[in-house]
Amino acid sequence: MVPSSEIPWGALLILLPLAAAILCFVWPKLAVVTGVVTMLLLTLAVGGFAWQLQREGLYQHAVGGWETPLGIGLYGDGLSLLMLAMTVLVGLAITLYARSYFNQKQARVFWPLWLLLLAALNALFLSADIFNLYITLEMVGLAAVALVALKGGRDALNGAMRYLLATLLGSLTYLLGVALLYHSYGTVDLVLLAERIDNSPVVWAALGLMGAGLLLKTALFPLHFWLPAAHASAPAPISALLSALLVKASFYIFLRLWLVLFAPLGGDVALLLGLLGAVAILWGSWQALRQTRLKLLVAYSTVAQIGYLFVAFPLAAAAGAMLWNGVSYLMLSHALAKAAMFLAAGNLLLFGGHDRIAELDRAVQRLPISTAAFALAGVSIMGVPPSGGFIGKWLLLEAAIEQGYWLLAAVMVVGGLLASAYIFKVVGYAFTRSTATPEPQSIPMGMEWAALLLAIASILLGFTAPWVFALLGIGDPFGGGAP
Amino acid sequence: MNTALLYSLVGIGLFSLGLYALIVHAHLLRKILAINVMGSGVFLLLIALAKRTATPLPDAVPHAMVITGIVVTVAATALALTLMVRVAMENHRAELSDQSQE
Repeated sequence: MVPSSEIPWGALLILLPLAAAILCFVWPKLAVVTGVVTMLLLTLAVGGFAWQLQREGLYQHAVGGWETPLGIGLYGDGLSLLMLAMTVLVGLAITLYARSYFNQKQARVFWPLWLLLLAALNALFLSADIFNLYITLEMVGLAAVALVALKGGRDALNGAMRYLLATLLGSLTYLLGVALLYHSYGTVDLVLLAERIDNSPVVWAALGLMGAGLLLKTALFPLHFWLPAAHASAPAPISALLSALLVKASFYIFLRLWLVLFAPLGGDVALLLGLLGAVAILWGSWQALRQTRLKLLVAYSTVAQIGYLFVAFPLAAAAGAMLWNGVSYLMLSHALAKAAMFLAAGNLLLFGGHDRIAELDRAVQRLPISTAAFALAGVSIMGVPPSGGFIGKWLLLEAAIEQGYWLLAAVMVVGGLLASAYIFKVVGYAFTRSTATPEPQSIPMGMEWAALLLAIASILLGFTAPWVFALLGIGDPFGGGAP
Repeated sequence: MNTALLYSLVGIGLFSLGLYALIVHAHLLRKILAINVMGSGVFLLLIALAKRTATPLPDAVPHAMVITGIVVTVAATALALTLMVRVAMENHRAELSDQSQE
């Protein structure tokens, strides 16, 4: 028996879902069982990884014994751990939900793709070089496009095609940047690059290309055009994982590159990112408020919430690690809350046969658990205490006021007000009676509770901040961020 | 002008050409081809820049990257083409449609 401290948890996090995906593909009959068991094992593996990381401080692994200049290196610190934990938390709820959501024919396609996506996401969060990040990003994108198209139908197929073109354009642009950086510095390893990088035109070109590609995938205003269609037309569990996890994956890469490579060079770029973030908050919230369909409203709310993540960039130079803690916390709480919202919206859509907000028709009485999930997740999105969203937004707001960025602070407050407006719009219609009452469909308990548990978790996050910040500090991911 | 620089410029030219075609053409097959041209541009750049030093042997790492990249591009193109056929059947033409079902 191997002692548990020597189990290679990091490698298991990638290999387990990969092997399970192939198993599901070969034996479709076992798909659901394999999917659920793998998800539980993954939860265990993240726990083991966290424990190992706490003991050893930093996770480094050379795949197959080949050292980094030649082979593929895995690297993990507090930030990777947070992303892995986020993936597992959202993944558990989506697995619970999808168990009842898909019919047998769809399940045969869903489970292999979902496990493949999990493997790709975990590999992405543990990658140590910019080329590997490209490969994992592409794997994530392709699996996600297939999932969006899963149910067929005109909206979903058009959404998937638009998403595919956007994602390929983004990753090719990113790859061009990788090529330039490799040519200049002869390495793709993030740590080595950080040592060698200097202020030259090639670096700026690479920053521009890689940044543009990643921002397109993260859907920062004005590159968000593909997001509402893809996120709203996909089946509910897919929408949840797109908004909760996928957008965060490309943001994670952007953040890593920023912290390690570009923060020491950037200055005005950070301000530009902050301004785009501010416009995203206003535009996304305003669009969300105008929507008449529930899933589109939730999708536009994602556009707005992404804005908050970017508002942090101009503040970071002076505020340092605590601000990045806030951004990470915002990522985590948005992932949980937005997944809960999409799952709840999926239930409402299935229940009434439509997702027109004005005809929600007493959903509070007729579907109380899902409506409660939507409202609780809304509390976290608005950033009201004691939710997880509050902690993140408070840290951002505090830094903005301290440094005299009044405009950004005002935008954040207005964004919160607009968010409460669009959430109360939905909740309000959920209380009223509407004229047309279609025959309601019954919703399996698992699907209702998956949404509610996620929403409760996003509120509980408000109480766990010190503990999460301690875990985030492992390996000092934000140490190099502030000069 | 040395050969490596010439090939790199051609690579960047191909990338820009592909980007232009991706934006202006509505037909999905043209868009998919445009993405492939962009990919070839990046690969050409990687291969050309592999000759980093004066030694006659080029750096092998970018070559390995290009091989991996080609595998990814083949998979992506296959997915894109399948999706295009399905979209064309739904929309009755191989173009994206802005209209929603309802």
